[in-house]
Amino acid sequence: MKKLLVSTALIAALALPAFAQEALDPDAKSGGGIVITYKDDVATLDPAIGYDWQNWSMIKSLFDGLMDYTPGTTELRPGLAESYDVSADGMTFTFHLRQGVKFHNGREMTADDVKYSLDRVTSPATQSPGAGFFGAIAGYDAMADGSATSLAGVTVIDPATVEIKLSRPDATFLHVMALNFASVVPKEAVEAANGDFGKMPVGTGAFKLAEWTIGQKLVFAKNPDYWRAGLPYLDTVTFEVGQEPVVALLRLQNGEVDVPGDGIPPAKFQEVMGDPAQAAMVVEGGQLQTGYITLNVKTPPFDNVEVRRAINMAINKDRIVQIINGRAVPANQPLPPSMPGYTTDHAGYAFNPDEAKKMLAEAGLPDGFETELYVMNTDPNPRIAQAIQQDLAAIGVKASIQSIAQANVIEAGGAGTAPMIWSGGMAWIADFPDPSNFYGPILGCSGAVDGGWNWSKFCDPAIDAEATAADSMIDPAAPERMKMWSDVYMKVMEQAPWVPVFNEQRYTMKSARMGGADNLYVDPVSIPVNYDYVYVKE
Amino acid sequence: MAALIFRRLIQSALILLGVSFITFFLLYVLPADPVRQIAGRSATPQTVANIREQLGLDQPFVVQYTRYLAGLFHGDMGRSYLQKTDVTTLIMARLPASLLLMAAGIAAELLIGLSMGVIAAIWRGRAVDNSLMMTSFITVSAPQFVVALLLLYVFAVKLGWFPIGGYGTPAHLVLPALTLGILGSGWYARIMRSSMIEVLRADFIRTARAKGLARSRVILRHALPNAILPVIAMIGIDIGIFMGGIVVVEGVFGWPGIGQLAWQAIQRIDIPIIMGVTLVSACAIVLGNLLADLVVPLIDPRIRIR
Repeated sequence: MKKLLVSTALIAALALPAFAQEALDPDAKSGGGIVITYKDDVATLDPAIGYDWQNWSMIKSLFDGLMDYTPGTTELRPGLAESYDVSADGMTFTFHLRQGVKFHNGREMTADDVKYSLDRVTSPATQSPGAGFFGAIAGYDAMADGSATSLAGVTVIDPATVEIKLSRPDATFLHVMALNFASVVPKEAVEAANGDFGKMPVGTGAFKLAEWTIGQKLVFAKNPDYWRAGLPYLDTVTFEVGQEPVVALLRLQNGEVDVPGDGIPPAKFQEVMGDPAQAAMVVEGGQLQTGYITLNVKTPPFDNVEVRRAINMAINKDRIVQIINGRAVPANQPLPPSMPGYTTDHAGYAFNPDEAKKMLAEAGLPDGFETELYVMNTDPNPRIAQAIQQDLAAIGVKASIQSIAQANVIEAGGAGTAPMIWSGGMAWIADFPDPSNFYGPILGCSGAVDGGWNWSKFCDPAIDAEATAADSMIDPAAPERMKMWSDVYMKVMEQAPWVPVFNEQRYTMKSARMGGADNLYVDPVSIPVNYDYVYVKE
Repeated sequence: MAALIFRRLIQSALILLGVSFITFFLLYVLPADPVRQIAGRSATPQTVANIREQLGLDQPFVVQYTRYLAGLFHGDMGRSYLQKTDVTTLIMARLPASLLLMAAGIAAELLIGLSMGVIAAIWRGRAVDNSLMMTSFITVSAPQFVVALLLLYVFAVKLGWFPIGGYGTPAHLVLPALTLGILGSGWYARIMRSSMIEVLRADFIRTARAKGLARSRVILRHALPNAILPVIAMIGIDIGIFMGGIVVVEGVFGWPGIGQLAWQAIQRIDIPIIMGVTLVSACAIVLGNLLADLVVPLIDPRIRIR
């Protein structure tokens, strides 16, 4: 098994010249097809709608946005934009589009398509779960409340140039333009699909949808006109759905499947890793994910910071990592280690039940207290909750476990009725590799509203102001900006609204015939695999 | 007969209306919000409110339910919240697979169950009876998931006789149908056994034997048709249980039926799909019972339904 660290580097320059011709893997062979399996059917391939980790990478291969990431890394690079300029105040972005890029329907992509796509994703009628990401574009509010039908801030200068004006500085804007939600779609195909664009997608991506048999399989075929010369290597990618992960593993061992999309089933993990032949087919990598316990700061006794710190010291994170067969690393702060802005020299709250008990006594709770721990009811989350419950019992805190369906936990978290929530299975995987993505919705004041994802309802205006300042800088990768974000999270940890528990690792299993660099199999933005760059060896 | 069918159809429609009301109501009072599932975690309160309004989920229960019923009467089961596709399209794409599996599964459980029941009844009290009844006890209590995986592992992975899951050829159908057949056979074996024992004690069997008819003829021509009546009534009831089992079996074998669709929709509170699948399943159960009721008098002239 090979270990890889996700690169944390971001681009330093603001405008890079880019070419559609890039260095290709000299060992790569073109042709052939692979089979990927999933348990669940694919909900949609509409880039404005798709927002689960299964369709995310599929949509990435069918569509392109103005920005993109270097495969296997978190480094931004231009996509459909050949280059871009940023005004001195960071409020105006001018994108220069690549010439000659064609949609799967044969028509050439132009600046009008970029504008149409941004209008479409922010229009309330589209019901896009990603609309909020575009909040910094001028005119967004008028779109959201239905008083406008077009984003005032997006202007077509000429067929090859689009100008986007922001209403406030947003250092993460280029990341937003790399999200699937910002993919460029052809208006005529969306309209022809008559509401079913998610089943009849047309993009500019490396693959096009060739076949979709609902409930059975999808076949992606190579786009021969793809604008990145020489790519993709594969002729087809077949996604077979409705496949139980255990069965998918058996089929992989039988040579029928190349990548089980749902990963190695937990019950089989040790068996696979204990067998050298199978372990050699596994690639391990970091993941932009943190598992945490939220402590509702509006609910006594968690309104007392000393109590929250005591809880932080009571949880044995190593043991929880063991429960999931070591598929994670213990965490001490909200950011995962592979995220830019991670504070490497932070010790965190050390596991010390005696000290925790003493702190509770000092906080006026020598006999502990009773509380509730909400958890999503699918394995391994209830088992993790039991470990947390035992750790809490050791310092006198009696937590009853509420093991319920995901949607119900999210509802309780949003409403603020859950004193403690174990986030497993629900939160939080980064939308894009920038430290701000772990703050606003889950730790900032904007998320602490009714129905928001800030389940600890933590809201510190001073920290919020610092976060805003960090995001008002122009260069997303500037070291000063990373330092500011590091400070934000250290201040959050002083207030301890969370117990950060672990950062999950990714394990992708692939058949022996698959080729390509290992980091393509643990690509931070294309889970499980970057389909555009992998190939088959035979 | 026509009047009877008409009356039963009216009853069935009322049952379906009741099912739709209860399901819709339960989904309405569920402490989870489908709009949050659609809007996603990055949505602003404005987006959430917009979606709620567009889907009519801000309306009172009565309005929502009447709207749904009105759509239903026009053959419109609504659009999936998350897949943004007509529910009818999604269900129709998967229904044939489920019906095929159901038919094959029922055939398998009848074949296995009835044979076991008849053999046990003939050799009542002997070792073969005891071991068959023991087997039937194990099959009714075995978890579906385990039996399905076991069959898959032995016959598909180890022996390679059948494909490892999937859909398309008759070979794909064997293992899932066999799983359902084995699991359901226990009930039929028990019912068939007791029914057969009762019939074998009847006077007309003694008469038939006294006439010198061959034992096999007595059992197959005289005893079996009489003993099978409770089994037919059972099939109608069984369809309901079957629909539950199909969710698991479809899952293991990657069978593209409505069970998997339902499972996914429940996870994400995709109300139109949950409603659609529930109603289609309820239809199947109601029709199954209706058919069973209609078939019994055809087989046994003594029974007349009023």
